Amino acid sequence: MLRDYSKLNTFSKVLRNNAEVYSNKPCIREKEYGIWQTYTWKDFYHQAQVLASGLRDKGLKRGDKISIIGDNRPNLYITIAAAQLIGAVPVPCYQDSVAEELQYILEHAEVKIVVVENQEQVDKVLEILDRLPNLKTIFYDDPRGLENYKNKEIHSLKLVFDTKDVDLSWVDSEIEKTSDDEIAVMLYTSGTTGRPKGVLLSYQNIISVTSKACEIEKTTVNDEVVAYLPMAWVGDFIFCVAQSYLSGFCINCPESRDTLTTDLREIGPTYYFAPPRVWEGMLTQLMVRMQDTAKLKLWIFNYFMVVAKKWGNDILDKKSVSIWGRCLYNLGYLFVYGPLKNNLGLTRVRMAYTAGEAMGPDTFLFYRSLGINLKVLYGQTEATVFVSLHRDSDVDPNTVGPAFPGVEIKIEDDEVLYRGTGVFKGYYKNDEATKATVNSEGWVKTGDAGVLDKSGHLKIIDRAKDVGKLNSGKMFAPKYIENKLKFCGIIKEAVAFGDKKDFVCCFINIDLEAVASWAERNNVAYSGYIDLASQDQVYDLIAKEILNVNKDLSKDAELFESQIKRFLILHKELDADDGELTRTNKVRRGLILERYGKLVEAMYKNDKECFIETEVTFEDGKKGKISADLKIKDMEVFDLEGVAA
Amino acid sequence: MKKESVNHKYSQLMDIKNVNLSFGGLKALIDVDLQVNTGEILAIIGPNGAGKSSMLNVISGIYVPQQGVVKWKGQIRKKIAPHDIARMGIARTFQNIALFKGMSALDNILIGRNILMKRNIFLEMLYLGSSKSQEIEHRKKVEEIIDFLEIQAIRKTPVSRLPYGLQKRVELGRALALEPELLLLDEPMAGMNMEEKEDMCRFVLDVNEQFGTTIVLIEHDMGVVMDISDRVAVLDYGIKIADGTPDAVRSEQKVIDAYLGVG
Repeated sequence: MLRDYSKLNTFSKVLRNNAEVYSNKPCIREKEYGIWQTYTWKDFYHQAQVLASGLRDKGLKRGDKISIIGDNRPNLYITIAAAQLIGAVPVPCYQDSVAEELQYILEHAEVKIVVVENQEQVDKVLEILDRLPNLKTIFYDDPRGLENYKNKEIHSLKLVFDTKDVDLSWVDSEIEKTSDDEIAVMLYTSGTTGRPKGVLLSYQNIISVTSKACEIEKTTVNDEVVAYLPMAWVGDFIFCVAQSYLSGFCINCPESRDTLTTDLREIGPTYYFAPPRVWEGMLTQLMVRMQDTAKLKLWIFNYFMVVAKKWGNDILDKKSVSIWGRCLYNLGYLFVYGPLKNNLGLTRVRMAYTAGEAMGPDTFLFYRSLGINLKVLYGQTEATVFVSLHRDSDVDPNTVGPAFPGVEIKIEDDEVLYRGTGVFKGYYKNDEATKATVNSEGWVKTGDAGVLDKSGHLKIIDRAKDVGKLNSGKMFAPKYIENKLKFCGIIKEAVAFGDKKDFVCCFINIDLEAVASWAERNNVAYSGYIDLASQDQVYDLIAKEILNVNKDLSKDAELFESQIKRFLILHKELDADDGELTRTNKVRRGLILERYGKLVEAMYKNDKECFIETEVTFEDGKKGKISADLKIKDMEVFDLEGVAA
Repeated sequence: MKKESVNHKYSQLMDIKNVNLSFGGLKALIDVDLQVNTGEILAIIGPNGAGKSSMLNVISGIYVPQQGVVKWKGQIRKKIAPHDIARMGIARTFQNIALFKGMSALDNILIGRNILMKRNIFLEMLYLGSSKSQEIEHRKKVEEIIDFLEIQAIRKTPVSRLPYGLQKRVELGRALALEPELLLLDEPMAGMNMEEKEDMCRFVLDVNEQFGTTIVLIEHDMGVVMDISDRVAVLDYGIKIADGTPDAVRSEQKVIDAYLGVG
């Protein structure tokens, strides 16, 4: 349904309209006590108004900031809507941030009220409360464990919702006051370097971009999404909140993080997005489980996967395929792909996105060959997500697709620049950074190095500032190498070094699940992660994969010197809690170089072993130390033509 | 605090006086006095073979002592059938898990509500009238317990496939389904790793706080016992050698001797 967004130019106006147009259609669902509980658009709007009144009573005014911390819960989405009714700015935070990270954001954004999910989050906020003079009120959703908290700042959301005879007469006039250049939401970027920055997005940004996205994908009121990615991530705000507002479809909140797979299967979303990590994890798990099946089943699976690889992608792209191919593919659908998709909960998926990182072409084509319309999206918080996007029937696994409608892309000094209606209003209280990012003509620097190919598709190579040079003068793009390594299922994370060095070395994190399954099948005994990671056989296993990567790199004249000469397997997983990854799981190079500098040195000094002791942070915030002697392994490298040197 | 808000009719739920229990020539309990106060967490500790499990079985009514008096809410209790024990509001978990292995976690917990269900075989067969509303009501209660114990993800999993710590949690769930007044836990943390223990401690404390359930537990992990109990009773060779707050018991010379041995 097309609506006139020149009139419905803010979320509160859209929401009020939805409550009329879609009134009894489901707006948001949550699984509670084993049953999916539904809020209709009418309920949702009513609850939002009641909560908005409650927030007003606590002194929230137009332009004030209100923070939301927790897993995806209807009440937290209602909070966003309530804040927008008042004209206040919601600031969602990553729910697994530690107290210090939260403190920075709450302080920087001058947050007045926080609305949190549960006791865990309340405890975190209480820990830093005395350092936050602006913060006066904490609302919580789940009362569990909070009965005995006596702090006067703490209030239950339920009490607000249960208030009788709330005066809602103020709402309509307040809605009329909102305008499209107001800030709809403030999202903190995860920050691979330095402090997080608060990105301001206006209603105009969001509505203009989202309405185009809805048009491209033809989203309807009957679509279903599962909201499971952090609410602080711009993707959740656009794909769930904004697109649901504009199309009227239903957001489904899983029961808990552990039940996600079951919940996915029950809901059968039509619209699904996941970072490459999730797609890859799903594939790894699938392959591990297939190894344990009976021989006949495995044979059928393997046979039809070959069929899918041959014809599946063409069928999805609606290209001409021989009748024989179609017959076999349909047979495969009956025996393998259909049940498989059902098992993954992806049967009804009409459009699927991946974004955030590069994804291995093999993984990508695997899903497409099953008939899942997986597409790559390239975006940034600063662009209100969309910079480029694959279109149906125009999908190339090596690119991130052509420019999104209304977005112009250009390459300057290898760096990707874009401009368009989605370009953000600036970083909060950081004009310097805004000026450094957006130039006077409205072009935004992405910080990514990339190229535009002949068909207009954008191809991303690496973070521009990470691209360095080997001593021989050849280009060194760490992420390109790391991604190649990560494409095999047994390597979870990799960090490559080589800038201003003679050759390339790298750290490896093994994928525990995949390697553990391999160990079981090959009778390799181990006690835990550290033990498994240090086994010679595991080193050999990884070496085999690296050899393949080296062979691949040796075919590229630009990159053949980037072949990996030495590597080691780290004794611990790189972890966001230790600051080694960002909250969106991107590698923080600077910090890793600092913390593991000793290991890097050892690799370039030709040592065979190196002792390391590192501090780890446990989930409850306690710190501990682990130490290990790490072996360093040498690799074979190839000549330019791919012959062993 | 909720402990005050729950209205308890009896300050002493159970009063055990001069209990003697022997198996043939073996004296398991000798002249033991023990009170269980309403709303408390009482830990029974002692070295191996001290008579802890026997004591728990006397409390639950499985063993009838040869001598001595067991009073339940002020009334002298005689020999009693197991289903009547359950009806009195006493539930327990076992040292070595006793779940129905082939059944799902949900069904196992639902079984705990067995004695609370009213039956009419004909209505049940047709799934009519009260049997339907009853089913819904019991399922709701069970879902609340599942939510409370945070085991949503394993609701439909057969318990034999669950790791040990989770099986223990399901067993606790089944005991809770009875809505007991007195909950007996026989080594609830045995064989658990640190994290599982921490979780279990939190659940035991939450049960006590939120539902006002009186809890008697046997446990070997002294850290756990000292942290969560209101009162600790120490047995040694069938004799109660100490009874008091964790701090008092810890410094009692007799207890130190029993645990470290006297030269």
